[in-house]
Amino acid sequence: MDTQKISLLEGREKQVYEKTAGGVEVDIACDKTSLSGSVSQRACVFCGSRVVLYPVADAIHIVHGPIGCAAYTWDIRGAVSSGPELHRLSFSTDLQEMDVIYGGEKKLYKSLIELIDQYQPNAAFIYSTCIIGLIGDDIDAVCKKVAKEKGIPVLPVHSEGFKGTKKDGYKAACMALMKLIGQGSTEGISKYSINILGEFNLAGEAWIIREYYEKMGIEVVATMTGDGRIDDIRRSHGASLNVVQCSGSMTTLAKEMEEKYGIPYIRVSYFGFEDMSKSLYDVAQHFPDKPELMEKAKEIVRDEIRKYYPEMQKFKAALTGKKAAIYVGGAFKTFSLIKALRTIGMSVVLAGSQTGNKQDYKNLKEMCDEGTVIVDDSNPVELSKFVLEKEADLLIGGVKERPIAFKLGVGFCDHNHERKIPLAGFIGMYYFAKEVYESVMSPVWQFAPRKGGAK
Amino acid sequence: MLLRHTTKEVKEREGLTINPAKTCQPIGAMYAALGIHGCLPHSHGSQGCCSYHRSTLTRHYKEPVMAATSSFTEGASVFGGQANLLSAIETIFTVYDPEVIAVHSTCLSETIGDDLQQITKKASDDGKIPEGKYVIYASTPSFVGSHITGYANMVTGMTEQFAVSTGEKKDQVNVIAGWMEPSDMREIKSLASRLGVKIVLFPDTSDVLDAPQTGKHEFYPKGGITIDELKSAGDSKCSLAVGCISAEPAAIALEKKCKVPFETVDMPIGLSATDRFIMALSKAGSVKVPDEITAERGRLVDVMADMEQYFYGKKVALFGDPDQLIPLTEFLLDLGMIPAHIVSGTPGLRFEKRMKEILERAPGANFRNGPQADMFLMHQWIKNEPVDLLIGNTYGKYIARDEDIPFVRFGFPILDRIGHSYFPNVGYSGSLRLVEKILGVLMDRQDRTSLEEKFELVM
Repeated sequence: MDTQKISLLEGREKQVYEKTAGGVEVDIACDKTSLSGSVSQRACVFCGSRVVLYPVADAIHIVHGPIGCAAYTWDIRGAVSSGPELHRLSFSTDLQEMDVIYGGEKKLYKSLIELIDQYQPNAAFIYSTCIIGLIGDDIDAVCKKVAKEKGIPVLPVHSEGFKGTKKDGYKAACMALMKLIGQGSTEGISKYSINILGEFNLAGEAWIIREYYEKMGIEVVATMTGDGRIDDIRRSHGASLNVVQCSGSMTTLAKEMEEKYGIPYIRVSYFGFEDMSKSLYDVAQHFPDKPELMEKAKEIVRDEIRKYYPEMQKFKAALTGKKAAIYVGGAFKTFSLIKALRTIGMSVVLAGSQTGNKQDYKNLKEMCDEGTVIVDDSNPVELSKFVLEKEADLLIGGVKERPIAFKLGVGFCDHNHERKIPLAGFIGMYYFAKEVYESVMSPVWQFAPRKGGAK
Repeated sequence: MLLRHTTKEVKEREGLTINPAKTCQPIGAMYAALGIHGCLPHSHGSQGCCSYHRSTLTRHYKEPVMAATSSFTEGASVFGGQANLLSAIETIFTVYDPEVIAVHSTCLSETIGDDLQQITKKASDDGKIPEGKYVIYASTPSFVGSHITGYANMVTGMTEQFAVSTGEKKDQVNVIAGWMEPSDMREIKSLASRLGVKIVLFPDTSDVLDAPQTGKHEFYPKGGITIDELKSAGDSKCSLAVGCISAEPAAIALEKKCKVPFETVDMPIGLSATDRFIMALSKAGSVKVPDEITAERGRLVDVMADMEQYFYGKKVALFGDPDQLIPLTEFLLDLGMIPAHIVSGTPGLRFEKRMKEILERAPGANFRNGPQADMFLMHQWIKNEPVDLLIGNTYGKYIARDEDIPFVRFGFPILDRIGHSYFPNVGYSGSLRLVEKILGVLMDRQDRTSLEEKFELVM
């Protein structure tokens, strides 16, 4: 099939928009489940819950269902821990036909007891997969019973795959976290304190961010969930402010905490100099009674940018005028990437996300240059089509997009679970520029028929 | 130490699987379906299943993997997934224009009771399948078997639903491939052609999952068995099922439907299994084994002899999939090594029986398959009886690192190295590569850890 001649999938017209002068205004229809029969790049509710809770390193994560869901999520996210590594193991009840007929509660109970005895975790998360809802297992009851017997929090995560989209999985994860929050003592927590929400410590990113805030004089009570610890989460309601990154996954939690504990929240992004600086300033501004915070923030920004700016110019000189296509999970990340790419002289010809909401897409439209294509929940045919049509030099995406970019003869940057180097923070922007530079300028492309076979 | 929690004491577990040595049926069905030319695999279930399978196959092959999903919603789980599948079939033919859609079920669709045969028939009756296009199906609930049985089910499905007997026999032999790599399939085709036997190999993922860089994203790469070839399998004079677990069910189905007799052989991994495979293929094609292949065999034996001292008495732990473990274990024994611990998550008495036969030559070896035969158990066994070599998929790297064991990657999935798509493990030359890999890690280890006075230039 010739991807260049492909028209859009019928029924997807409302999820794709091209910004043109005087063009028709289309409200991007998001929050839609994917069309049956589409080759969607999206995942399910379970996937949403699993990625959000995965980095909690001193808890066991047991997947209740047939083996697949546990096998495919075994150590797939480079969420680094500074201590325990329980999150990197794969636990499953491995349900068999008989369990589906007679129910899996007993097996779950036994598994939990065996696991907790073996690993002595500080908590357990139990993920229910598609068929759990159908066979009627009461996992709440099992969790309650085990929690009582073992004296640790045992938290059900209602993440049946088909019950919504990945976003609903984020919500289910937030609900599980809410059950922990408020259980610990908040004694000794400074007034100038925050929780870092929606930072998963991929390649150690949370450590970088945490260090900036601590240098400013801010106490970080909990990161949720990067390098996460149960006891930190339990006392996180003692923080004065929630700083939310990756808006898609953690805004629910921030809102819940605001409602229940009166903790305000701000949305930030740590990608790119511009947004990274802003995320420090915004926190400082939240504590106007302590102007040192802002002074310190400015100092950090100055020092850090000074450190990386000269190297960046080298990348910029080579990359100016090159074009990028972005297809990532959350829309907020797309905003930052557009800005970050501009810093290194690149323009964006395609901007898309799997889980953006209406407001996100409205903002995207405002941000993008003319001619930019905006997509929600795209598929490989569309992506290939736009990458070729718009003559992109780089695709930013996740695991399923990487080989497509390379087949097209276009550079690639993984901005998803499989990134190997930190892309957050000032140093992360440097790494990002370096990675983009290395991929776009790779000598391999001289041997590859680029852009649809036309040299 | 990532696996620092693994205890030495082996306790029987009742429910729990820790670090599985298998995955679920649907991914096997998806892999098999990719071996049909112009086929779009379709996952009848939640969106996540399809996404996970595509991601895993992509990580293993570093290739785009295309497949569609029914995108189940709550409504579908209450009212059944028929409407989803019918509209999916329509969408797929309109937009992606495949030759064939290969639908596999999931735990969800099986639990709600969707009947793929009935739904595909309805699609056909309602005129949703264009002239000359096909929809095939296989039942692959995740709570039965493993990725291997899922593969077998889809291969059976494609055989049963395509092969026809016209009454006129063709001078060709079906070779039904068990789960192996595109490189292995390519090697089998090459062996057959050098033997001078016309074969119909299916499924065939070569030129699908090892496609060249062309500057284009080929939605349907050029490889794969064509539908005409699959149809003609019903007229072949006989079939060779390469693997008693992942290939034989299709051969049985073909015999039943089209009266094509079959013989089951082990996957040609190692000397003995390749000997049997070559014998079976030459017999089926009524040809003599050419000198060229005999010489290839001779080179393998030559290397096995040259390096015999480095293999002899070395203990090996291995894990993975039945049709590969059976001949691999035999090969290790032929090399003078001692298979000490073997696990496979794939259940099945047939597999157990074959392994027990082979392991008669290795008294005291631990073997387990099915529930709780996982990497945790493997690790515990190794703690109790250390080994010199570990062979298995990428998930073995945790044990290899913690216990400092030389490690050869073999099987599915391999997420952290390349080569499996390009260099075969089957045939004499594939076995030679395996020998080279095993020797490589053992000798590297010796070079790294030997005392200075014992450090050898010539090995």
